Amino acid sequence: MEAVLFFAAALGALGGAVGVVAMRNPFYGVLALIVHLFSLAVLFLLLSAAFVAAAQVVVYAGAVMVLYVFVVAYVGGDTEPAWDPIPGQKFLAPLIGAALFIELSIAVLGSSLLALSTEGTDVGAGFGNPAAIGKLLLEDFLLAFEASSILLLLAAVGAVVLAGKQGEATAGESKGAEGGSSEHSAPKARSEDPPSAPSPAGGVSA
Amino acid sequence: MNIEWYIVLSSLLFAVGAMGILTRRSPIVILLCLELMLNAGNLALVAFSKMVGNQEGQVFAIVVMVVAACEVVIGLGLIVAIFRRKLPLDVDELRELRG
Repeated sequence: MEAVLFFAAALGALGGAVGVVAMRNPFYGVLALIVHLFSLAVLFLLLSAAFVAAAQVVVYAGAVMVLYVFVVAYVGGDTEPAWDPIPGQKFLAPLIGAALFIELSIAVLGSSLLALSTEGTDVGAGFGNPAAIGKLLLEDFLLAFEASSILLLLAAVGAVVLAGKQGEATAGESKGAEGGSSEHSAPKARSEDPPSAPSPAGGVSA
Repeated sequence: MNIEWYIVLSSLLFAVGAMGILTRRSPIVILLCLELMLNAGNLALVAFSKMVGNQEGQVFAIVVMVVAACEVVIGLGLIVAIFRRKLPLDVDELRELRG
């Protein structure tokens, strides 16, 4: 049963990843990434990391992906032209990817970690549930927790500064609209989005 | 399932993400591929945490997720800024910093 679930989820994760890389249209790429993230959440559950799986679904597949969908819709998911400004890129890139995979596999499997070929430690029922992770976050890793909350705040402020309206920056309702002064719908939605992504993340880590 | 399976899957996902970064030219897709690589790292962290029977790896994974969220927010902010200055959304065109 566990093996079936693993292979199904692994197939989903791999298919989603290949979809992200292969889809011409960024919008479909985002959808493929959502499939990938859900499959990874299943894998996390199999590894008895319930809280990480829940955070994955809520933060990633929920908040972050909504942010992506908004930006793709705003920027316009134009299909990018086919390959090659660099000659041979089409063949070199898969080659380098395969080399990276082989190298990583050798590095990990060749390390003499004996426990790699076991099912891991036999952990109790409370392993990785929100209570345990929360206790760990607020006791042992309090400094990291606070630092990451400050990081989220800075990222939110930074995104507002970056994407907010700058001087005479013009904003169109849709892509291609030139120089309209109607900068109320799109840019405003944009500068309100970034804070909405960090806050679920902060909420979950709490 | 043995932990090896998870680790091999994680390195496969990482390689796919790296390949995507090498091949694609739209900044949005490059960010998506970065997400793939970060998630491959997360999978390895959680798998190792199960292997040792220690939950600290999961805390690491959560911190990685927070950092990834920050990175996405900044990256998308940059993309929106690029778009609003009417510059092309293509990393081969945006090469003012190239030496």
